[in-house]
Amino acid sequence: MAIALEVKDLHKSFKTGFIPKRKKILEGIFLKVEEGEIFGYLGPNGAGKTTTIKCILGLIFPDKGEIEILGHDYLSLQAKQRIGFLPENPYFYDYLTASEFLRFYAQLFGLDKKEIDKKITGLLSLVRLEDSSDIQLRKFSRGMLQRIGFAQALINDPSLVLLDEPLGGLDPLGRKEIRDIIVRLRDNGKTVFLSSHILQDIEMICDRVAIIVQGQVINQGKLQDLISEKILFTEIILSGIEKKDLEGLGECLAADGGRILLKVFDEKKVNGVLEIIQEHKGKIHSLIPRTETLEDLFVGMVTKQ
Amino acid sequence: MKILAVANNTFKEAIRDRILYLLLFFAAVCIGFSRVLALLTVGDEVKIIKDVGLASISLFGALMAILIGTGLVYKEIDKKTIYTLISKPIHRYQFLLGKFLGLVFTLFIMLLLMSIIFLALLFLHTYTIEWAMLVAIFFIFLELCLITAVAIFFSCFSSPILSSIFSIAFYLIGHLSWGFETLLQKMKPGVGKTLGQILYTVLPDLENFNFKTEIVHHLPIPTKFFVYSSFYGIFYTLFVLILSMLVFRKRDFI
Ligand SMILES: Nc1ncnc2c1ncn2[C@@H]1O[C@H](COP(=O)(O)OP(=O)(O)OP(=O)(O)O)[C@@H](O)[C@H]1O
Ligand SMILES: [Mg+2]
Repeated sequence: MAIALEVKDLHKSFKTGFIPKRKKILEGIFLKVEEGEIFGYLGPNGAGKTTTIKCILGLIFPDKGEIEILGHDYLSLQAKQRIGFLPENPYFYDYLTASEFLRFYAQLFGLDKKEIDKKITGLLSLVRLEDSSDIQLRKFSRGMLQRIGFAQALINDPSLVLLDEPLGGLDPLGRKEIRDIIVRLRDNGKTVFLSSHILQDIEMICDRVAIIVQGQVINQGKLQDLISEKILFTEIILSGIEKKDLEGLGECLAADGGRILLKVFDEKKVNGVLEIIQEHKGKIHSLIPRTETLEDLFVGMVTKQ
Repeated sequence: MKILAVANNTFKEAIRDRILYLLLFFAAVCIGFSRVLALLTVGDEVKIIKDVGLASISLFGALMAILIGTGLVYKEIDKKTIYTLISKPIHRYQFLLGKFLGLVFTLFIMLLLMSIIFLALLFLHTYTIEWAMLVAIFFIFLELCLITAVAIFFSCFSSPILSSIFSIAFYLIGHLSWGFETLLQKMKPGVGKTLGQILYTVLPDLENFNFKTEIVHHLPIPTKFFVYSSFYGIFYTLFVLILSMLVFRKRDFI
């Protein structure tokens, strides 16, 4: 697999305060994004996700480190010709209409007029803004801005798309649509690099993830490898049984309305519980084996740091 | 091509800015007011209209250049529109040049409008179109180009309010520095004079672009002044633009 984006030992600090003091934000970021995958960049607020992406795009200059995009130097126009970028909380020229805005950006790629017209129509319908093409962006809602931002990121049919919190500020329906578009991009052979702290979204669509905490990537790999398939515990909700009959099998949590929530940590004991329920003619309302989720991994790692 | 795309967008931004029309309105009022002034004063009516008219065009043109120019780059950074723009295949210097050209084009249109109002008013008095006025206006245009470059330069690293103050200071110093030159001529040779001369060379001299008196009073202007002023304007503008590019080249957009 070819490498779409490689970041090596990236350091960045900002001067802050009245008497400038260096504040280290990134302390040696290593990333390797392969072509054709959806790569999730995951981290708590303030970890340095946006800062990393800004370095990659040449918006800010790192103190140290190497970045390569699709085999080109990251600051070269060849690299920029083939990337698309959606910033977090996007905001654009509010005096332009949606189609004027897309036209402006398309011109920066040197596309000819006919091509541009076709692109604009296609993209506006992709993000379902075809009815708003003549509305000034100042009148756009938060979700519409996110969509037009998505459209501008795809204006050059990029090979690598960098998305900073692409699902932020969207309602559930909007998120699903954007998620579908992201998956479709991958199916069309594009590489997607997206940052998020919404774990469910990443879990659903990402092939590989990197976890960044306090300016360092502390884990990177395939989701399946990072999260064990091991069952952590089984949650059983049951009724019609006395609490004392279940002693020693697991942890009895809530017990109201005659229902008991039982957490069984030992997989082998689950059958024992079921037998007891049958014996006492009790009722099972639900039985859920809980495997490790990205959230568990995430919380575990962040708190460990 | 990319520069023109940015220039076109800048033009759209400026032309949709209300402040531009406010200034244009006041400029028109001032040009019109010159007629009232002419009626009230003893002297050559037409000369007063020309004097006040050209002065209004120059002043309001400068205000347009400063008030819009200082916001242009700053707003892009402040509102983060520059994030997506700079991640497109465009060099930072192309961005700045586009901004500059877009505003210069806007100012050109504004000068055109003000000139039409001015020449129309003159026509009501003299029944001729005084094309000679356009020479003075051409040099006002060169001055505005320089002021635009200066406004953009300041806005590369400071807020619009600070940049406006700096730019207005530049404008004032530029128009007063010739007084400094006369002062120098009266000084005795020495360290003081040498320092003064160095300072004078560094300071802008915007009076180089002022041909108003000569034009209004039909005084002859030697060609060498035209040539000198044109070159002065072009090179000073280029110098300030290059300085802006150097400042802009390595700055972080945060
Ligand atoms: N211009 C700046 N000056 C000083 N500190 C900054 C600057 N920009 C960012 N920071 C700091 O850098 C850290 C990382 O910020 P960054 O925006 O990269 O976080 P993030 O991972 O994107 O967070 P979020 O999930 O909230 O978007 C934060 O602690 C922030 O306070
Ligand atoms: Mg962020």
